Amino acid sequence: MSTTTVGADDPHWVDGNALAGPLGEIMGADLTVADLTCAGCRMTRPLAAMRVFDRAPGLVARCPGCGDVVMRLVRTTARALVDLRGSLVVSLPLPRV
Amino acid sequence: MVLDVDGWVGHVPGQHVDVRLTAPDGYTAQRSYSISSAPLPDRFEVTVQTVADGEVSPHLVDVAEPGDQLEIRGPVGGWFVRRPTDPRPALLIGGGSGVAPLMSMVRAATAPTRLLYSTRSPSDALFTADLASAEAAGGDLVAVTHVYTRVAPAGWPAPPRRLDADTLARVAWPHDAHAVAFVCGPTGFVETVADLLVTIGHNPATIRTERFGPTKG
Amino acid sequence: MAVISRGFGGRRRDDTDLPPGQYHTDDFPVLSAGPTPRIGLDTWELAVITEIGERSTWSWAEFTALPADETTVDIHCVTHWSKLGTRWRGVSVDTLLADVESSAEYVVAHSYGGYTTNIPLEDLLDGQAWVAYEFDGEPLAAVHGGPARLLVPHLYFWKSAKWLRALELRHDDEPGFWETAGYHNYGDPWREQRYLAD
Repeated sequence: MSTTTVGADDPHWVDGNALAGPLGEIMGADLTVADLTCAGCRMTRPLAAMRVFDRAPGLVARCPGCGDVVMRLVRTTARALVDLRGSLVVSLPLPRV
Repeated sequence: MVLDVDGWVGHVPGQHVDVRLTAPDGYTAQRSYSISSAPLPDRFEVTVQTVADGEVSPHLVDVAEPGDQLEIRGPVGGWFVRRPTDPRPALLIGGGSGVAPLMSMVRAATAPTRLLYSTRSPSDALFTADLASAEAAGGDLVAVTHVYTRVAPAGWPAPPRRLDADTLARVAWPHDAHAVAFVCGPTGFVETVADLLVTIGHNPATIRTERFGPTKG
Repeated sequence: MAVISRGFGGRRRDDTDLPPGQYHTDDFPVLSAGPTPRIGLDTWELAVITEIGERSTWSWAEFTALPADETTVDIHCVTHWSKLGTRWRGVSVDTLLADVESSAEYVVAHSYGGYTTNIPLEDLLDGQAWVAYEFDGEPLAAVHGGPARLLVPHLYFWKSAKWLRALELRHDDEPGFWETAGYHNYGDPWREQRYLAD
């Protein structure tokens, strides 16, 4: 099966930086500096460096290496859902003391 | 566009704000805008490019007036930032309106900073006067190089062309400077420049990018 | 408390003939949770997989040789836009399932690119759903789900999976991509079933 996906010229994504506001509102911390380990390819990257598809019913962050979904963020009427089943580990820097 | 915010404590150069508009029936639309001013209390500047059939930018540009209130969240983003305490030299590369967050970095530069700014023509460039004065005021700290991809001014040393490895290599810091790179612009531009940086030997771990998707305005 | 933005109405209109909370658009917005898969017609294949694993497959030539319907329907996206009178050509799901032995009650639609969505089988039968490959008289563009997408116009449009690869018949209901992330399991726009708790 030859399914090819376009990378560089596919226009419908932005950097994970764009999640700083929406996630910060829910989590109260800047998760874009967190390192996420992709459950698909096991590569670790900051969330800010993931690809975010923002023209969708929710925000979908994908690993730029293998394309798998590492995080989904959906706002419903009364709740916000953060789905992390695509990430094995979320590692956050601690504030410097 | 300049916004006054009581209690705003300033930002870190590179950060953005999310602006949310709310209609009387509760419908909302939200967009992110990069902060282009140097960090200051109570006031900041964002760059809004009008997207003809957009939802938020035409409102901000054509409808909003001085004195109107806006709902904003920010400053946000802890990744695409240049902290004033970071002593490393920086290479900033901007494409089109992607220069906005880099403008903040130039204005607040405390370490050696080179900006490479690519636009189609001189008239497409933003902040032309501000960049010139930042360069003049910055002394040896700030250097600005323009590249034009379609139309160059008369007498310009290089014909208009896409940013290539040679141009980049001429502006880039030497390897032993351990410089950081910030690249901001349209998705294709950022992708190309990030690849070129790696090609000319820049450490991929010190390249930070911010892509503008297709503007939905 | 939200600040009402003076003079901001967004793109919404008062459309009383639309499902609640929807506004009318003449555009065809492109929404996508991932990159657009490009599938060559020489390798494209559509499969129906039953609950005991029996597969029926169609190549592009076989699929487009099946009897097709022209249908004009309104579509409703959960992100609040509705587009009226959209014209499609496609193969009715009834046709695809005509020779399939199954007692399943649920279907998972699988897409090239990995997207999934779940629909009760009865919502795909009796002329309610198609696998569409033309929009407005033209081959369906890749950004809109081409070569072929599911078309289930009576449910929110996320149920009309783009880049359809397979219909999997199941005894149990298996929530799909958005259904596992807070969206409604069924998604009836007229009952405004957007989110899990609606």
